[in-house]
Amino acid sequence: MTESDERGTTALILLGCPQVPVQTSVALYCAHGLRRNGIRPIVAGTTAARKLVEIADPERHYVDTFEDLDAVIGELAEKKRDADYCFVFAHNDSGIAYAGTISYLSQARLYVLLFGEHPEEVAAAITFPCEQITAKAVHNPMPLKRKIDEVLQWVVSKQ
Amino acid sequence: MGCLEAMKPEVLLSRCSFAEAREYIKKHVREYYEVEPGYKIHDVHLIGVPPLYVGIDGEDVVFPYTKPCHGTFVVKVAGGDAIGRLRSRRK
Repeated sequence: MTESDERGTTALILLGCPQVPVQTSVALYCAHGLRRNGIRPIVAGTTAARKLVEIADPERHYVDTFEDLDAVIGELAEKKRDADYCFVFAHNDSGIAYAGTISYLSQARLYVLLFGEHPEEVAAAITFPCEQITAKAVHNPMPLKRKIDEVLQWVVSKQ
Repeated sequence: MGCLEAMKPEVLLSRCSFAEAREYIKKHVREYYEVEPGYKIHDVHLIGVPPLYVGIDGEDVVFPYTKPCHGTFVVKVAGGDAIGRLRSRRK
Protein backbone atom coordinates (compact mmCIF):
# COMPACT_ATOMS: atom_id res chain seq x y z
CA MET A 1 0.00 0.00 0.00
CA THR A 2 1.42 3.39 -0.89
CA GLU A 3 0.70 6.42 1.22
CA SER A 4 -0.49 8.08 -1.97
CA ASP A 5 -3.51 5.77 -1.89
CA GLU A 6 -4.67 7.57 1.22
CA ARG A 7 -3.01 10.94 1.24
CA GLY A 8 -2.19 12.02 -2.29
CA THR A 9 1.21 11.91 -3.93
CA THR A 10 4.04 11.61 -1.42
CA ALA A 11 7.80 12.01 -1.45
CA LEU A 12 10.21 10.67 1.14
CA ILE A 13 13.22 12.88 1.73
CA LEU A 14 15.88 10.76 3.45
CA LEU A 15 18.57 12.78 5.16
CA GLY A 16 22.11 11.59 5.65
CA CYS A 17 24.55 12.62 8.35
CA PRO A 18 24.11 16.40 8.78
CA GLN A 19 27.83 17.16 8.87
CA VAL A 20 27.74 18.74 5.39
CA PRO A 21 25.98 22.11 5.76
CA VAL A 22 24.12 22.24 2.43
CA GLN A 23 21.94 19.26 3.30
CA THR A 24 19.55 21.10 5.62
CA SER A 25 18.82 24.05 3.35
CA VAL A 26 18.54 21.93 0.20
CA ALA A 27 16.21 19.50 1.99
CA LEU A 28 13.94 22.40 2.94
CA TYR A 29 14.15 23.78 -0.60
CA CYS A 30 13.30 20.37 -2.05
CA ALA A 31 10.33 20.01 0.33
CA HIS A 32 9.12 23.47 -0.67
CA GLY A 33 9.32 22.61 -4.36
CA LEU A 34 7.46 19.36 -3.88
CA ARG A 35 4.72 20.82 -1.71
CA ARG A 36 3.99 23.75 -4.02
CA ASN A 37 3.40 21.17 -6.73
CA GLY A 38 0.98 19.12 -4.68
CA ILE A 39 3.41 16.45 -3.46
CA ARG A 40 3.46 15.79 0.28
CA PRO A 41 7.06 15.83 1.58
CA ILE A 42 7.97 13.50 4.45
CA VAL A 43 11.41 13.98 5.97
CA ALA A 44 13.17 11.04 7.59
CA GLY A 45 16.59 11.08 9.19
CA THR A 46 18.57 10.66 12.35
CA THR A 47 17.42 12.77 15.28
CA ALA A 48 20.08 15.42 14.64
CA ALA A 49 19.53 15.64 10.89
CA ARG A 50 15.77 15.81 11.36
CA LYS A 51 15.91 18.43 14.09
CA LEU A 52 18.06 20.73 11.96
CA VAL A 53 15.24 20.81 9.40
CA GLU A 54 12.42 20.77 11.92
CA ILE A 55 13.74 23.75 13.87
CA ALA A 56 13.98 25.74 10.63
CA ASP A 57 10.36 24.96 9.73
CA PRO A 58 8.47 25.34 13.02
CA GLU A 59 5.06 25.91 11.44
CA ARG A 60 5.48 23.19 8.81
CA HIS A 61 5.41 25.58 5.87
CA TYR A 62 7.62 23.22 3.88
CA VAL A 63 7.66 19.76 5.43
CA ASP A 64 4.49 17.79 6.13
CA THR A 65 5.83 15.28 8.65
CA PHE A 66 9.10 14.18 10.22
CA GLU A 67 9.89 10.55 10.90
CA ASP A 68 12.66 8.41 12.32
CA LEU A 69 14.94 6.94 9.65
CA ASP A 70 15.11 3.41 11.04
CA ALA A 71 11.35 3.32 11.62
CA VAL A 72 10.74 4.26 7.97
CA ILE A 73 13.14 1.57 6.76
CA GLY A 74 11.37 -0.97 8.96
CA GLU A 75 7.94 -0.03 7.59
CA LEU A 76 9.21 -0.22 4.02
CA ALA A 77 10.75 -3.63 4.71
CA GLU A 78 7.52 -4.88 6.23
CA LYS A 79 5.51 -3.48 3.27
CA LYS A 80 3.48 -1.25 5.55
CA ARG A 81 4.14 1.84 3.48
CA ASP A 82 5.67 3.24 0.33
CA ALA A 83 5.92 6.58 -1.46
CA ASP A 84 5.75 7.85 -5.01
CA TYR A 85 9.13 9.57 -4.95
CA CYS A 86 12.18 9.25 -2.76
CA PHE A 87 15.07 11.70 -2.52
CA VAL A 88 18.10 10.32 -0.65
CA PHE A 89 20.84 12.71 0.44
CA ALA A 90 24.21 10.95 0.19
CA HIS A 91 27.64 12.42 0.80
CA ASN A 92 29.26 9.30 2.21
CA ASP A 93 29.24 5.52 1.92
CA SER A 94 26.41 5.18 4.46
CA GLY A 95 24.20 7.40 2.30
CA ILE A 96 24.71 5.02 -0.61
CA ALA A 97 23.92 2.05 1.65
CA TYR A 98 20.61 3.65 2.59
CA ALA A 99 19.85 4.54 -1.04
CA GLY A 100 20.55 0.96 -2.12
CA THR A 101 18.21 -0.27 0.59
CA ILE A 102 15.45 2.06 -0.62
CA SER A 103 16.05 0.92 -4.18
CA TYR A 104 15.39 -2.65 -3.08
CA LEU A 105 12.47 -2.01 -0.74
CA SER A 106 10.48 0.72 -2.46
CA GLN A 107 8.63 1.18 -5.71
CA ALA A 108 9.23 4.95 -5.48
CA ARG A 109 11.07 6.75 -8.24
CA LEU A 110 14.46 7.13 -6.58
CA TYR A 111 16.70 10.19 -6.79
CA VAL A 112 20.08 10.08 -5.07
CA LEU A 113 21.46 13.53 -4.32
CA LEU A 114 25.24 13.24 -4.31
CA PHE A 115 27.03 16.20 -2.77
CA GLY A 116 29.92 17.11 -0.51
CA GLU A 117 33.58 17.46 -1.40
CA HIS A 118 33.92 14.33 -3.58
CA PRO A 119 30.49 13.33 -4.87
CA GLU A 120 31.83 11.37 -7.85
CA GLU A 121 33.85 9.10 -5.56
CA VAL A 122 30.79 8.46 -3.42
CA ALA A 123 28.71 7.76 -6.54
CA ALA A 124 31.12 5.03 -7.63
CA ALA A 125 29.51 2.64 -5.12
CA ILE A 126 26.08 2.92 -6.77
CA THR A 127 25.20 -0.34 -8.51
CA PHE A 128 21.40 -0.09 -8.37
CA PRO A 129 18.84 1.73 -10.53
CA CYS A 130 18.32 5.38 -9.59
CA GLU A 131 18.55 8.91 -10.92
CA GLN A 132 21.81 10.50 -9.77
CA ILE A 133 21.91 14.22 -9.04
CA THR A 134 25.53 15.18 -8.53
CA ALA A 135 26.97 18.51 -7.42
CA LYS A 136 30.15 19.39 -5.57
CA ALA A 137 28.59 21.33 -2.72
CA VAL A 138 29.67 21.68 0.89
CA HIS A 139 28.86 25.20 2.13
CA ASN A 140 27.31 26.75 -0.98
CA PRO A 141 23.94 25.18 -1.77
CA MET A 142 23.54 26.80 -5.20
CA PRO A 143 25.07 24.01 -7.34
CA LEU A 144 22.75 21.45 -5.76
CA LYS A 145 19.80 23.86 -5.81
CA ARG A 146 20.17 24.28 -9.58
CA LYS A 147 20.15 20.51 -10.07
CA ILE A 148 17.10 20.16 -7.82
CA ASP A 149 15.28 22.76 -9.91
CA GLU A 150 15.83 20.64 -13.02
CA VAL A 151 14.60 17.49 -11.31
CA LEU A 152 11.54 19.18 -9.83
CA GLN A 153 10.57 20.47 -13.28
CA TRP A 154 10.73 16.91 -14.55
CA VAL A 155 8.76 15.55 -11.59
CA VAL A 156 6.05 18.18 -12.06
CA SER A 157 5.81 17.45 -15.78
CA LYS A 158 5.05 13.83 -14.94
CA GLN A 159 2.33 14.70 -12.41
CA MET B 1 23.56 1.81 18.16
CA GLY B 2 20.24 2.03 19.99
CA CYS B 3 18.59 -1.34 20.50
CA LEU B 4 21.68 -3.06 19.11
CA GLU B 5 23.65 -1.79 22.09
CA ALA B 6 21.32 -3.70 24.39
CA MET B 7 22.52 -6.90 22.68
CA LYS B 8 26.09 -6.09 23.79
CA PRO B 9 27.63 -6.52 20.35
CA GLU B 10 31.24 -7.45 19.78
CA VAL B 11 32.51 -5.07 17.10
CA LEU B 12 34.69 -6.96 14.63
CA LEU B 13 35.25 -4.11 12.15
CA SER B 14 34.61 -0.40 12.65
CA ARG B 15 33.73 2.51 10.38
CA CYS B 16 34.25 0.65 7.14
CA SER B 17 32.30 0.77 3.87
CA PHE B 18 29.38 -1.58 3.28
CA ALA B 19 31.47 -3.33 0.61
CA GLU B 20 34.32 -3.87 3.07
CA ALA B 21 31.86 -5.30 5.59
CA ARG B 22 30.56 -7.71 2.94
CA GLU B 23 34.08 -8.87 2.10
CA TYR B 24 35.02 -9.22 5.77
CA ILE B 25 32.10 -11.56 6.44
CA LYS B 26 32.84 -13.62 3.33
CA LYS B 27 36.49 -13.92 4.26
CA HIS B 28 36.27 -14.48 8.02
CA VAL B 29 33.03 -16.34 8.64
CA ARG B 30 32.84 -19.87 7.28
CA GLU B 31 29.03 -20.15 7.36
CA TYR B 32 27.24 -17.17 5.86
CA TYR B 33 23.98 -16.50 4.05
CA GLU B 34 22.87 -13.87 1.57
CA VAL B 35 19.95 -11.76 2.76
CA GLU B 36 18.02 -8.89 1.23
CA PRO B 37 18.28 -5.23 2.34
CA GLY B 38 15.84 -4.66 5.21
CA TYR B 39 16.30 -8.23 6.52
CA LYS B 40 15.59 -8.21 10.24
CA ILE B 41 18.11 -9.56 12.75
CA HIS B 42 16.55 -9.29 16.19
CA ASP B 43 15.20 -5.69 16.04
CA VAL B 44 17.63 -4.37 13.42
CA HIS B 45 16.76 -3.99 9.74
CA LEU B 46 19.96 -4.41 7.73
CA ILE B 47 21.06 -1.57 5.48
CA GLY B 48 23.19 -1.89 2.36
CA VAL B 49 23.54 -2.51 -1.32
CA PRO B 50 23.02 -6.20 -2.28
CA PRO B 51 24.51 -8.68 -1.74
CA LEU B 52 24.34 -8.49 2.04
CA TYR B 53 25.75 -11.38 4.06
CA VAL B 54 24.96 -12.56 7.57
CA GLY B 55 27.28 -15.10 9.14
CA ILE B 56 26.85 -17.72 11.84
CA ASP B 57 29.75 -18.25 14.21
CA GLY B 58 28.90 -20.85 16.85
CA GLU B 59 25.93 -19.50 18.80
CA ASP B 60 26.39 -15.99 17.39
CA VAL B 61 25.41 -14.12 14.24
CA VAL B 62 27.73 -11.72 12.42
CA PHE B 63 26.24 -8.94 10.32
CA PRO B 64 26.85 -5.41 8.94
CA TYR B 65 25.34 -2.49 10.83
CA THR B 66 25.32 0.90 9.12
CA LYS B 67 25.10 4.25 10.89
CA PRO B 68 24.53 7.41 8.80
CA CYS B 69 27.39 9.37 10.37
CA HIS B 70 29.89 6.65 11.25
CA GLY B 71 29.89 4.18 8.39
CA THR B 72 29.37 0.45 8.65
CA PHE B 73 30.35 -1.85 11.51
CA VAL B 74 30.60 -5.62 11.44
CA VAL B 75 29.09 -6.83 14.70
CA LYS B 76 28.64 -10.17 16.43
CA VAL B 77 25.76 -10.83 18.81
CA ALA B 78 24.01 -13.86 20.28
CA GLY B 79 22.11 -15.51 17.46
CA GLY B 80 19.06 -16.99 19.17
CA ASP B 81 16.17 -17.59 16.79
CA ALA B 82 17.99 -15.78 13.97
CA ILE B 83 20.26 -18.80 13.41
CA GLY B 84 17.41 -21.14 12.52
CA ARG B 85 15.85 -18.57 10.20
CA LEU B 86 19.16 -18.11 8.40
CA ARG B 87 19.80 -21.83 8.02
CA SER B 88 16.38 -22.30 6.49
CA ARG B 89 17.58 -20.10 3.59
CA ARG B 90 19.83 -21.30 0.81
CA LYS B 91 23.51 -20.33 1.18
